[in-house]
Amino acid sequence: MLVIEGIHAFYGRIEALKGVSLEVKQGEIVTLIGANGAGKSTLLMTICGQPRGQGGRIVLEGIDITNMSTHQIMRRGIAQSPEGRRVFPRMTVYENLQMGAINVDPGHFEGDLKRCFELFPILERRRGQRAGTLSGGEQQMLAIARAMMARPRLLLLDEPSLGLAPLIVRQIFSVIKELNQQGVTVLLVEQNAFHALKLAHRAYVLVNGQITMTGTGRQLLADPEVRRAYLEGGH
Amino acid sequence: MTGLLAGLDGNRLLRHVLGAVLITFLMTSLIVGLELVATQTGLSLRPRYHIVLYCVVVVALGSTAVFALAERSWRLPMLVGVVIAALLLVPLLTGNLASDLAFLLPFPVAPLNWLALLLPAFILIRAAQLAYASARPPAAAARRREMTRTGKLVSLGLGLLLILVAFAFPISPWGSRQLVDILTIVLIYIMLGWGLNIVVGLAGLLDLGYVAFYAVGAYSYALLSEYFGWSFWVCLPLAGLFAASFGIVLGFPVLRLRGDYLAIVTLGFGEIIRVVLINWYEFTGGPDGIGGIPRPSFFGLPFQANPPRDGGETFASFFGLSFDPYHRIAFLYYLILVLALFTNWFTIRIRKLPIGRAWEALREDEIACRALGLNPTNVKLAAFGIGAMFAGFAGSFFAARQGFISPESFVFIESAVILAIVVLGGLGSQLGIVFSAAILIGLPEFFRELEDYRMLAFGLVMVLIMIWKPTGLVSHRDPTIRLHPRGDGR
Ligand SMILES: Nc1ncnc2c1ncn2[C@@H]1O[C@H](COP(=O)(O)OP(=O)(O)OP(=O)(O)O)[C@@H](O)[C@H]1O
Ligand SMILES: [Mg+2]
Repeated sequence: MLVIEGIHAFYGRIEALKGVSLEVKQGEIVTLIGANGAGKSTLLMTICGQPRGQGGRIVLEGIDITNMSTHQIMRRGIAQSPEGRRVFPRMTVYENLQMGAINVDPGHFEGDLKRCFELFPILERRRGQRAGTLSGGEQQMLAIARAMMARPRLLLLDEPSLGLAPLIVRQIFSVIKELNQQGVTVLLVEQNAFHALKLAHRAYVLVNGQITMTGTGRQLLADPEVRRAYLEGGH
Repeated sequence: MTGLLAGLDGNRLLRHVLGAVLITFLMTSLIVGLELVATQTGLSLRPRYHIVLYCVVVVALGSTAVFALAERSWRLPMLVGVVIAALLLVPLLTGNLASDLAFLLPFPVAPLNWLALLLPAFILIRAAQLAYASARPPAAAARRREMTRTGKLVSLGLGLLLILVAFAFPISPWGSRQLVDILTIVLIYIMLGWGLNIVVGLAGLLDLGYVAFYAVGAYSYALLSEYFGWSFWVCLPLAGLFAASFGIVLGFPVLRLRGDYLAIVTLGFGEIIRVVLINWYEFTGGPDGIGGIPRPSFFGLPFQANPPRDGGETFASFFGLSFDPYHRIAFLYYLILVLALFTNWFTIRIRKLPIGRAWEALREDEIACRALGLNPTNVKLAAFGIGAMFAGFAGSFFAARQGFISPESFVFIESAVILAIVVLGGLGSQLGIVFSAAILIGLPEFFRELEDYRMLAFGLVMVLIMIWKPTGLVSHRDPTIRLHPRGDGR
């Protein structure tokens, strides 16, 4: 579904991605783990065309999107819940969800909204509240729900569990699993490596802008190096 | 004493006040402190340092209050407010405008000087608010939500009432020629304010050259009627179309810029249009302007005393009335009223449509918008073009009303005034714009002798807004509910 080949990305002169290759197949959950500053968020943003990928190719469902502008890419069945949530703080929950569906046939809106509210019942109770006044966990749910409203076939999630209580983390991961079972392909970036690897069909490890390891979620979970670098101290 | 300074950093307060005092002293010591008097031997300088002292004292008091208010402390401002009020009341009550203290009063006309009391009144009100907020138990804060809902109803009711009054006014006994004329001008600015609000208030694009599109609208009508003899009703939509296309053409290169850069470039474009109008003499008449612009007719019925030369009827003869110039004035008033209300209706509608939502979202977070598949340039262009279109409508109305236009009507200060109306009205608030236009345009028209003090009042209002709405010029719609009180740093 998504194939990335030898992509580089730059912030000015800083090279944040140094020839990354990665593949996400239809129906998979693929997890990307890595230390802070490894370039995980950059990779997700590069898929969306900002910063633009250089030197390689990004192919989405057989179409080369490397040089498309962000808004064109985002209309091809891809959606992102970005790092730091980025909900519209002064718009209500409902308006945020409307924004998510802005490029979708309005006929789908009511049904999609209902589905979002089924996944995140708390959002229904908060639908008239301004997003900026939601709790961190609620904002995270809203960010995911907003991405869902775009009816993506491929969903990019950047640290959806950041700063959330363990109970909510479990809830979010179960929602991701549910979405996946409904047919959405997921590329997941996580610090919470244990949960994320358990959930993943396959996973990649990103170090300093390069992929150093790949395998099924289970393989990586069992790998001593991964355990030492990303799992030690917890669980 | 410690109670007075509770919650304040004494050192910073002292530095703040000393700075203000020093600047005041430097500015006033030579200009105000020395008076030129003619004596028998010629001119001589007479020191009046007591007045400098007053200025310094007032500034010291004022800056203390402003500083303390910003720090959410209320006891000190309370005291300061009372002292300033007392200082002002002495010359006001004694009516002795010759006394030295009268120097504190800004206006040459006695009754208006009472306005000076607004300053201490403002300080006292704000201090009282803070005192109330600090005394109130936190639980009461939850009730704010209900209050804003009733607030919405109140503003809706107020709006409907205003519309009714506006329609009834010219035919009411109070509808004098002069008043209706003034209100027509106010309505032009309300319409411009509503138009600019789409750009600044909704889309968050700071446009300092809005008057350019007003000018395009005005010149479109003037030139089309001069060269082709087309009537107002044909030209009105065309003027809007021209202004909108100008907005899009100008917007295309500049809308990639953000914030301050956009402001500066739009400022430049506003001036370019004016300079072109001045210098393209053969086409626009240059600084001489264009005169003899035909007035709009009432569905083909002109407003004039004698029937038109080619036969036909006038407005008065058709309705069996005797000719009265008031008819035309009232007609123009209704025309701009309808145009303005259309602008308002359009804005309210479009806010609920996807494009309106997109404007608001873009104002909040451009990157998130991109991630949702919006093309920010197109969204901004739409705001720019639609905002310009309404300026174009207003411009062609302006040309039709004046019968004469020249580049002088479209100087930068007009843009500033329109922007001030929008900002003063509370960005995004439609009703607020009505009030601020009434204050900024209506009052000066009433008190023509005040013209020179207009900028003074302007400055004062701006300072007050900065204190009240410290979130900055292009601030966003306030959250309906606040978790933390203002200034809590959260
Ligand atoms: N806008 C930017 N401008 C300049 N450098 C940037 C920018 N964004 C990221 N970087 C740099 O690129 C590198 C990768 O950053 P990135 O945000 O992708 O890391 P990450 O893997 O998501 O880390 P984290 O786990 O902390 O979120 C870092 O060295 C960072 O400093
Ligand atoms: Mg990151």
